[in-house]
Amino acid sequence: MKQVLPAVAALALLAAAPTPSQAATLTVGTSAEPSALDPHYHNLGPNTRARKHVFESLVSMDAKMRLQPELAESWRAIDETTWEFKLRKGVKFHDGTEFTAQDFVYSVCRIPNVANSPSSFTVYTKGIAGIEAPDPHTLIIKTGKPYPLLPVELSTFGIISAKAAGGEAVTFDKAGCKADSWPTTQAFNDGSLMIGTGPFKHKSYTKGDRQVLERNPDYWGPQPAWDTVVFRPITSDGPRVAALLAGDVDMIESPPVQDIERLKSAPNVSLAQAQSNRVIYLALGVQDTPPTITGTDGKNPLKDPKVRKALSLAVDRDAIVKRIMMGVAEPANQYLPAGFYGNNPEVTVATDANKAKQLLAEAGYPKGFQLTLGTPNDRYINDDKVAQAVAQMFTRIGVQTQVDATTANVFFSKRNKQEYSVFLAGWGADSGEMSSPLKALIATPIKEKGYGTTNYTSYSDPELDGMLDTALATVDDAKREKLLQAAVKRAVDADIIIPLHYEVTVWAMKKGVSYEPRADQYTLAQKVTPAK
Amino acid sequence: MLVFILRRLAQSAVVVVAMSVLVFAGIFAIGNPIDVLISPEADEFERAAAIARLGLDKPMHEQFIRFVDSALGGDLGTSFVHGVPALGLVLQRFPATLELALCAMLVAVVLGIPLGLWAGLKPDSMAGRVIMTGSILGFSLPTFWVGMMLIMAFAVTLGWLPAGGRGETAGLFGVQWSFLTADGLAHLILPAVNLALFKLSLVIRLARAGTREVALQDYVKFARAKGLAPARVVGVHILKNIMIPVVTVLGLELGSVIAFSVVTESVFAWPGMGKLLIDSILQLDRPVVIAYLLVTVLLFVVINLIVDLVYSLLDPRIRLGGGQA
Repeated sequence: MKQVLPAVAALALLAAAPTPSQAATLTVGTSAEPSALDPHYHNLGPNTRARKHVFESLVSMDAKMRLQPELAESWRAIDETTWEFKLRKGVKFHDGTEFTAQDFVYSVCRIPNVANSPSSFTVYTKGIAGIEAPDPHTLIIKTGKPYPLLPVELSTFGIISAKAAGGEAVTFDKAGCKADSWPTTQAFNDGSLMIGTGPFKHKSYTKGDRQVLERNPDYWGPQPAWDTVVFRPITSDGPRVAALLAGDVDMIESPPVQDIERLKSAPNVSLAQAQSNRVIYLALGVQDTPPTITGTDGKNPLKDPKVRKALSLAVDRDAIVKRIMMGVAEPANQYLPAGFYGNNPEVTVATDANKAKQLLAEAGYPKGFQLTLGTPNDRYINDDKVAQAVAQMFTRIGVQTQVDATTANVFFSKRNKQEYSVFLAGWGADSGEMSSPLKALIATPIKEKGYGTTNYTSYSDPELDGMLDTALATVDDAKREKLLQAAVKRAVDADIIIPLHYEVTVWAMKKGVSYEPRADQYTLAQKVTPAK
Repeated sequence: MLVFILRRLAQSAVVVVAMSVLVFAGIFAIGNPIDVLISPEADEFERAAAIARLGLDKPMHEQFIRFVDSALGGDLGTSFVHGVPALGLVLQRFPATLELALCAMLVAVVLGIPLGLWAGLKPDSMAGRVIMTGSILGFSLPTFWVGMMLIMAFAVTLGWLPAGGRGETAGLFGVQWSFLTADGLAHLILPAVNLALFKLSLVIRLARAGTREVALQDYVKFARAKGLAPARVVGVHILKNIMIPVVTVLGLELGSVIAFSVVTESVFAWPGMGKLLIDSILQLDRPVVIAYLLVTVLLFVVINLIVDLVYSLLDPRIRLGGGQA
């Protein structure tokens, strides 16, 4: 007996002690799969998420979407159109070669030369007019006009190895860089060119099934907590939750809203959630002949600011957030939540059904009119249910509203052909600042400026466009923020794009794992830590 | 025999052509892929460039002619989403689906025929009734729900089996298969059972009906009267004769299991063709949808041909040549 007791105690100690020699593996169930591993192939959330583990950018964004150094240690605007980036020294690619300015030049050059790219990153490189590298660790980037968003845009694409792709001699040319050949997307998918500077190295990839990464022991930054990371796409909601509960995966992205209560009560699961950069909004079309409004003799009542204000007043955002979004959202009064660059604390929206009725009567519609509200039913969290609620709120003030809910691909096609007078959609500001929604959703469509790319309302306010022009040419961050705040006030007051709520992004993970939730919705294994 | 096969191939060609026209027109009618594919941040120049790159700026008939032209050369187009040949993408996923479908069929046959025989031979017994009630459940419960229940029971609550995915695979004939590793097999069990349930009920009902009919035939009575062992009567005289409808239906069902295992594949995150099809439809990845459907049509044609050939082996009275009996 005397010998047995210490042995048992020793065993118990062994079992309780952490075992650092054991390989730590993190398995993540993702809600969507990248369309390719090529970091320059497709400008899409799941692709960027996958990219950020292997390929880094000059600048990156933290969990609140503020810029922070990555491969560039520091940067500054020398003058209105010239930027200097000091690159980090001693950074090694996964094949052991050193990272230099040439790798950046090559990456910028390759972006317009990706074959079959469905949606490329050229949006983010076309602001660059010239690149010089006075030494291997300094970059001088020239822009054609004052371009304050340059550092933000440099955070969107990853840097590949020039040497691995045979691009050591390629030089930057605004009209198009010259190279004998460019790396193919296939060369990334099969792993041969998956050579980045990131915290993880590529190990294997089976499309539709899993992507396996392993720790990069030579990483310049803090070492990730995991030796191996496995990403498994589980696109159906229920099965993704089941996989977590069954212990198949350690962590999942976006559990469905209706399962959140259940997950909260599960003993071995914890949740992390953060306000996202995505606002859900209603867009009111001011076309001359409204496609989905009847009972107004063909006139478009939405051209009257009073009618638009009435519709905005009719919406009870708190009720939507509480009853339909089950708390997994925040009522919105503008296009980005408080704390984001350009958010204007003075902008407010109100709910007042009586005032709304009165405004409708003043505008000459005391009996209201009929309206069809278009919405996708599988794109945003509870999108069609939110639309139903909005329709009831509209109907309550006398605007009889029907909902036309269709699958996302049908909805977006109809929406883009302006077949709805009023539609529900969402906007995620990838740049994390206010110029993104203003430029895309409400600015007058102007091809050359890239304005109004998602403005399907026929709305045009030259004064607002002018405010944006000024803001987007102001390199001084503090001044630019003031200008954007003024612009967002003007935009919200116009009641063309009516904010409803900000989506909240949720992660669920087993106890013993923790994650700082991110506003950009990316699931980054290097930021997942074993809880203390 | 040769004439039969040639005629069947000619018919199949017509089916394939008709299908490609229908599918092309059908998928053209739903939505514009550009609206789904391209980043909303992209400006007009980007959009125009992407539209031209994917050939979507051409009118439908021109796109169709281009498609037929390259299809004749064995190229079914390049996936809009993945940027790789669509046919390759579909075929890459084929082994996973085939494996799942064959396992499901195996479960259905191995369990279904003995259970159906039993229910047919002893229709009034307790076991017979239980089997038939069970088969009704197998027919009527929705696959999605049953799949979730299987996961909740065996993966979440009991923790015996994994909840989804394909698990570890091993190579055979240059293809990765799950059934060759213990981990892979564990991953295969639940989805295969889920997919088998409907077929199992079908086989039970067919076998039972066949048995009840055959058991009353004179030759079975005669075999019994001759004093043959009951096992031989059942195993040879009855079993062989109930197999014809079972083979027909299973042949057709194998095709549909492969083509439409969509639900099971999504519930269990099984990386097969069905899941690819759903994802491609949602993303309006036209070339992949077309390639998938053409592969499926081809599969049906081949399976039906094999079914007809197996027929003639089971029942020599059936002549495939036609006319010259």
